[in-house]
Amino acid sequence: MGNEIHLVEKSRIMDATAMKRAMRRLATEIVEKNQGAKDLYLVGIRRRGVPLAERLRDKIETLEGEKPLYGILDITLYRDDLSTVGANPVVNRTELVDDIDGKNIILVDDVLYTGRTIRAAMDQLMDFGRPRKVQLAVLVDRGIEHRELPIQADFIGKYVDTTPKEIVKVMLKEFDEEEAVGIYERP
Amino acid sequence: MEKPFRRRDLLGIRDISPAEIQGILDTAENFREISTREVKKVPALRGKTVINLFFESSTRTRTSFELAAKRLSADAVNISVSSSSLSKGETLLDTALNLDAMAPDCIVVRHGSAGVPHQLAKVSRAAIVNAGDGANEHPTQALLDAMTIREHKGKIDGLEVAIVGDILHSRVARSNIHLLTKMGAKVRVAGPGTLVPTDFAHLVDEGLEVCPHVEDAIDGADVVMILRIQRERQDSAYFPTLREYSIHYGLTNERLDLAKKDAIVLHPGPMNRGIEIASDVADSSRSLILDQVKYGVAVRMAVLYLSTGGSPMQQ
Repeated sequence: MGNEIHLVEKSRIMDATAMKRAMRRLATEIVEKNQGAKDLYLVGIRRRGVPLAERLRDKIETLEGEKPLYGILDITLYRDDLSTVGANPVVNRTELVDDIDGKNIILVDDVLYTGRTIRAAMDQLMDFGRPRKVQLAVLVDRGIEHRELPIQADFIGKYVDTTPKEIVKVMLKEFDEEEAVGIYERP
Repeated sequence: MEKPFRRRDLLGIRDISPAEIQGILDTAENFREISTREVKKVPALRGKTVINLFFESSTRTRTSFELAAKRLSADAVNISVSSSSLSKGETLLDTALNLDAMAPDCIVVRHGSAGVPHQLAKVSRAAIVNAGDGANEHPTQALLDAMTIREHKGKIDGLEVAIVGDILHSRVARSNIHLLTKMGAKVRVAGPGTLVPTDFAHLVDEGLEVCPHVEDAIDGADVVMILRIQRERQDSAYFPTLREYSIHYGLTNERLDLAKKDAIVLHPGPMNRGIEIASDVADSSRSLILDQVKYGVAVRMAVLYLSTGGSPMQQ
């Protein structure tokens, strides 16, 4: 808060319509690969994974007539960089109301980059129980060459080639003024 | 905007800001859920060491700090005075330097003399958390009281809080007076004249009133906080007998009826049933004594987390 670095937008890779289409395709791919919505449990990773998981849940319900289970993970306490983090994002609590044992979990996040967030999310999930399967859905994948852990996404909204200097920002109406995905660069 | 709690040491409530208090309470709020999980543990403080250095006996506070550390995956070591080298003649400073040489990340300290945590903070590289120093402060108790009040009243600002009992010797009272008045509550204290110094009103700039009678303090209160009568101080003749204390100052249902209808009752424990608080009051639904203990773990998790490097959370 306050001293946020001002970033310069380099290019816009998705607008609201493109995001909507990508989410619709993700929902279709998820039910296709999992043969329906049975035992499906969507888990959004705070912060931007949460509205994305909600949207996927609604789209899957429209497709299948069955509402998948839904929960929220906050991975702050599972991070591996506690002592080096300066300004943390706004965080909140984990909410997994329904038991995850034997469920088919779809982790949902906005951007897949180093894979460390997903590692933390999986560690936390395992502390809550033993899901039958865990898959990963992301709106944007920045490419496997950035990965610091052997983690891949099962469902990808858009693949974008980026450099480490660049920042991919997913803007959602729940938090931002507009719906879009842009590539920014530190000045 | 004021900064949320980011300092290493928590020595008292007196020197922290309302925004910092808010930050600790919001973080604690998010830690509550962890104690309801089947696996009551998160890896946030993995590899960190917390030393609980207790020069005074304590069951509740020490256990609460120990559980808080363990639920955050820190390694907790408990040192109590009877088994420490202080009984072999080592000075406090030497004990502190020796502990510091073993590189703990946080030392939680309770001592019978005011100012000991502040002295340790000067020489130790570890974060120092005050778990009670003499009659000075007991910041985590005030924080867990605030969390209990906030949970049941939805706010602290504008509430009327009565604190009854041995104010003179109470670090709980001092920390609570600082916290509650900083957060906008009106505090009234009452008790035997020997245990409630009239110049206590000058402890804070505004929001504190010393009442001549217990009834005046409780009248219209949203929160009634009862302090423990420290029976170990009975020799000093602050009041004639425990029975007399209970008749004139004990919280009975009749006295509690003077408070607001939805008033809540707090007690930092351990309580003397039938002395400062009647058994039927202590066991009634208005008494939140066990909630206080429950929130104590969450508050201490938040304090350990923040003082060893975590960022505050928002609600």
